[in-house]
Amino acid sequence: MPHPMKMELGQWQTAGNAPLIAERGDRTLAIEAKGLVKRFDGFTAVDGVDLEVPEGAIYGVLGPNGAGKTTTLRMLLGIIDPDAGLRRVLGSERPHEVAHAIGYLPEERGLYPSMKAYEAIAFVGALRGLPLTEGRIRGRALLEEHGLGYAADRQIRQLSKGMAQQVQLLACLVHEPRLVIFDEPFSGLDALNQGKLERMMRALAERGTTVIFSTHVIAHAERLCDSVAIIAGGKVPFAGPVDLARDRIRPQVRLETRRDDGLWRGAIPADARRERKADGSAFWYFPLPESGIEPLLRALIEGDAGILSLSIERAGLHDAFVAIAGEAAARALEENAEEPGR
Amino acid sequence: MLQASLIIARRDFSAILFSRSFFFFLLGPLFPLIIGVVAGSVSNKVESAAARPVLGLAMTASDAKAMIAAGKALEGGLGNAAPEMTIIRSVSPGEKIDAAQVLKEQRGNIAAMLTGSPRAPLLTGTEGQIAQWRGPVSLIAAQALGNGPQTFPEVALASTATSTASERTGRMRTAQAGQTLLFLLTMMLAGMVLSNLVEEKANKIIEVLAAAVPMDAVFFGKLFAMLAVSFVGIAVWGSVFGGAAMLSGQSLSMFVTPAVGWPLFIALGVTYFAMAYLLLGSVFLTIGSMASTVREVQTLSMPVTMSQLVVFFFASFAAAQQGSMLAFAAEAFPLSSPFAMLARAAQDGAVMPHLLALGWQAVWVALFVRYGAKLFRSRVMKSGPASVKPKRSLFARLARDSGSPAATHAG
Repeated sequence: MPHPMKMELGQWQTAGNAPLIAERGDRTLAIEAKGLVKRFDGFTAVDGVDLEVPEGAIYGVLGPNGAGKTTTLRMLLGIIDPDAGLRRVLGSERPHEVAHAIGYLPEERGLYPSMKAYEAIAFVGALRGLPLTEGRIRGRALLEEHGLGYAADRQIRQLSKGMAQQVQLLACLVHEPRLVIFDEPFSGLDALNQGKLERMMRALAERGTTVIFSTHVIAHAERLCDSVAIIAGGKVPFAGPVDLARDRIRPQVRLETRRDDGLWRGAIPADARRERKADGSAFWYFPLPESGIEPLLRALIEGDAGILSLSIERAGLHDAFVAIAGEAAARALEENAEEPGR
Repeated sequence: MLQASLIIARRDFSAILFSRSFFFFLLGPLFPLIIGVVAGSVSNKVESAAARPVLGLAMTASDAKAMIAAGKALEGGLGNAAPEMTIIRSVSPGEKIDAAQVLKEQRGNIAAMLTGSPRAPLLTGTEGQIAQWRGPVSLIAAQALGNGPQTFPEVALASTATSTASERTGRMRTAQAGQTLLFLLTMMLAGMVLSNLVEEKANKIIEVLAAAVPMDAVFFGKLFAMLAVSFVGIAVWGSVFGGAAMLSGQSLSMFVTPAVGWPLFIALGVTYFAMAYLLLGSVFLTIGSMASTVREVQTLSMPVTMSQLVVFFFASFAAAQQGSMLAFAAEAFPLSSPFAMLARAAQDGAVMPHLLALGWQAVWVALFVRYGAKLFRSRVMKSGPASVKPKRSLFARLARDSGSPAATHAG
């Protein structure tokens, strides 16, 4: 899945030796994890995960089923404790101490079926320290704001699955948290509501709220995230800005020439893919040479190749994922994403 | 943590109170009541065996020995009518003793005192008891004198208002009534506590709770809610039984006043009920939390009920042997401690042991909840690929570290 964005010549950089953890700069970290390990029954579900999530960022956790995403998020939330490693969430090593500033949407959604929608929101808020009366007022207001005001007094069991999911989403935001963690937030949502959720996540980040979400769908991460962590087999082979992930693989050159042969052919890498056309012209696809684009251009012009078009396409996040996590993980990710409801 | 517990308790309390199942919960005591009556009759038999009245002897050593030997000799002929005798005090010839005072001071199961000599025996005790033993004592005294059956010494009688034995037997009944009531109340809660976390797991809200508050707070919240519900039940049933008792002219006077007095006994009863519930509840909540379905909970109900019965019978049996190692064991073992201590309150007026016991029980409640919450977090709130977690039965999961179907199989 090549990324359509075209880059100016010389802007790209190889990042083969780039640090796995992005430079934090002067930004405060909402989450810092070092060497998190979690074992279940002798099986290592998470094996030395390092994460640094700056405050106010939209951060994606990418990986197929069983990669360790949910376990990592649960450790960050304090639902389970790591067997080894350190975690610091909003400055605290005990996540429950800052629970009032965290919102969480678990992958397996659930609310008490007999509760009314606005009460369910207030209840979750109360668990996070928001007074019940205030939670009820905010619950009604949130439902109204998101077009669900008519359902405020309905019991959860009377709502459709999608509506109940939206209620739970609002419930995890009612106390205005500084950090929200969504585990597979897009699963089970139709395209319309997925778009709505993306807008909501951007709005949260604009307000300074840190948003972390796990997903199988790379497109969501690519559209939303400043940074991502790629998890495969319980390890994090990459964590950092999306651009840095893309830069882990070379951009692809897409060249169209009037002629398909000549002295200039020597400048084109031997492993380039060629598509001949009936009129004698040809398309060439190859990774950008390490020497850069200028020597190639010079050879093409001097050899009179007849350049019809030339573009350098930056790698997409999907390609980066394949390069970083491996083909098997990428295939598993695609299979997960194709599952119904995912 | 307390605030979080109260939020969960409040939710659970109102959810249960305004549900249809609460009606059935209120009907619940009818069923264990029947079991209680049966259990009570078993306990009565235990009590009659354990609390057999004894005749205390305060005579010269030779007279006492002669009486005991004669009693043994006549045992076959007299059967159960022959009193069991024990030497309370050896007296010098001519020494006068206050038999009524000696009887009052006895801590054992001494129902009457025999003083004087085999030639002129004096039987001191409650009217009913000395009337019952007058004939056998005369026979035994004749045997002790070697007079044969034709010449029976006259047994002088001195009646007292009460004896250690009659008071002890009465208090024993009070203790057993208290224990039985405590057992019934805790028993009717067990099923509800077992299934308490199944709702959260079925609704998948457990993760929302676990992420927001420590699991200990979830456990405490649920226990407090059920305790509050049970107090509502007690208030309802207490009013019903109290009203019925008043209408039929019955009152607490049908029981002997417990050693600590009625007000403190009732207060201790309520406190020990709360402790018994919290102790058993925390264990059952943990066991139930490992279950994923109502069917698994139903499977658990029988062994749980049986284990409750074992605890009850242990405490009940120990109650008849106050001061023994067995009684101490029942008082020290956390799960039987509230039952055993309530029985103690009926039979022993000392207050300090109750304060110590309540502290001891509170420590165990905290430990059970802490361990239960830890177990729940480590066993249930796990994630990972389904393929690495073979599905095992509930019992296997409880017995050892293993996967739970309730755990989400996500990345």
